[in-house]
Amino acid sequence: MRLYSRANALHLGLIALLAVLFFVLPAYHTGNLARIMVLAVFAMGYNLLFGYTGLLSLGHALFFAAGMYGLTLTMHLGGATPAPAFLAGLIAALIVSAIVGFLALRTTGVAFMIVTLMFAQAGYLTILYFGTYTRGDEGIVIPQARRALLGIDLSQDSNRYFAALILFAVALLITGALVRSGFGRTLVAIRENEDRATMIGYDVQRFKLIAVIASGVLSGASGAAYALLFGYAGATFATVQYSIFPLLWVLLGGAGTTIGPLIGAVFMFYLIDYASGLTNAYLLLVGIVLVALTLFAPQGIVGTIRARWIRWLP
Amino acid sequence: MSLLSTRGLTKSYAGVTANSDINFDLPKGQTRALIGPNGAGKSTFVGMISGRIEATSGTVTLAGEDISNLPAHQRIAKGIAYTFQITSVFGGLSVTENIALAARRHLGAAAPERVAEVLDQVGLTDRADQTARDLSYGHQRILEIGMGLAQNPRLFILDEPTQGLAEAEIDAFKTLIRALDPATTILLIEHNMSVVMDLADTITVLDQGRILAEGTPPEIRANAAVQAAYLGTEHA
Repeated sequence: MRLYSRANALHLGLIALLAVLFFVLPAYHTGNLARIMVLAVFAMGYNLLFGYTGLLSLGHALFFAAGMYGLTLTMHLGGATPAPAFLAGLIAALIVSAIVGFLALRTTGVAFMIVTLMFAQAGYLTILYFGTYTRGDEGIVIPQARRALLGIDLSQDSNRYFAALILFAVALLITGALVRSGFGRTLVAIRENEDRATMIGYDVQRFKLIAVIASGVLSGASGAAYALLFGYAGATFATVQYSIFPLLWVLLGGAGTTIGPLIGAVFMFYLIDYASGLTNAYLLLVGIVLVALTLFAPQGIVGTIRARWIRWLP
Repeated sequence: MSLLSTRGLTKSYAGVTANSDINFDLPKGQTRALIGPNGAGKSTFVGMISGRIEATSGTVTLAGEDISNLPAHQRIAKGIAYTFQITSVFGGLSVTENIALAARRHLGAAAPERVAEVLDQVGLTDRADQTARDLSYGHQRILEIGMGLAQNPRLFILDEPTQGLAEAEIDAFKTLIRALDPATTILLIEHNMSVVMDLADTITVLDQGRILAEGTPPEIRANAAVQAAYLGTEHA
């Protein structure tokens, strides 16, 4: 199984590269990269559903926020330490995605997009409604003193970077193994031809539900980690904007590729960063680049590289 | 005992009856052709057997077990393979992966061996790494049959498998079906009379959603009602 080892080598190499970059890059960029790696996990969760299973959700902010508030409220109201709070974040994302998946998967196509969008909006409004506890738009700041995991201060730069890297590495290796397993290949089959997948005996609805849950839990892990590492949870993260971001990252990086979500998140982050240094109308510039990429590389950066040059890319 | 039986199988679409009260028995190991004019309800009938189409009333029994209330994927898992009338493969995936998906569900880790066997059987070994949608139409039809074979079905339903194939490809198809394990039960919807007469042990004729006649190829050829309803109007 040559492909297997090449894919693993690529993933491990990427993780090693990110580790080395911390010592090479200036602090400004390592700070950005820590944030990007956490958000890339969100994108990887999204990619599992969109890129591999072919289900376009417009409500992933809900899963991100479920993880974020699962952790933050457990710490803020429950007084928990980060480890059990992180677990609470994962469980919150699991429950929310299971419910949303169970209901939304009764629809397909555009209806699925609308239903997930509505659920996410309902989630956002719920956060605002319970402002007494969630502090709504203002959000909750997690004090630095409480952001220590196993005695390690996660607000400190290098600790934060490597915590983000560990989360990213775990997510990458899990998704990498998942998409090459029989399960992952069945998801791809569903994406390619759902009717056919059913008629060779796969329980398509069950596979889709598991995909929504796995995608939701990964997104929730990202949300929980974001709150823990950067010390803040706010209702902004539950807005529709945060449902669109992972879609953009995945489209830019390459839907249905394992490393595309990271590449897309890096590209988008630095595109905005660079463009805003040039002009106040940076969103115009960003928009033009996005349109150009969509026109000339519709499969995204990694997707195009795979289609043209490196066929074995996972 | 019949491998497949239907009793009173009926399908109505908003008042229009596509299949009406069909009682059908298919003995194990038989190759049965299902023929009839366009709109006779052939695809509806096999759709209700495979579970793609929900029956309005009636029962479907596979090897003595009532499968009427099972969803399609569970019927497939019980040993029914189905090839679509309109070619339906996983276009973006390789030929090998298409067949592997069909084999993996029931064979798990033992799937690769079966995949190699099937590729050889249908003559696609040389094209194993090609992307399915890049195959010629004829090869895509053959691939779909390969996906059926990879499931080691007890009942193999083929919905117009030779539609749009060239003469040489049709001959290859006949050879392929004849070479199958004689224990495989086949239900074949087919318009090409040479295929029907060559392959079928027995023929069932559907007309206007009902069984019009049933018998061996010579009997059906000699049947006056069939000639009037079908052969006479379309092929004479």
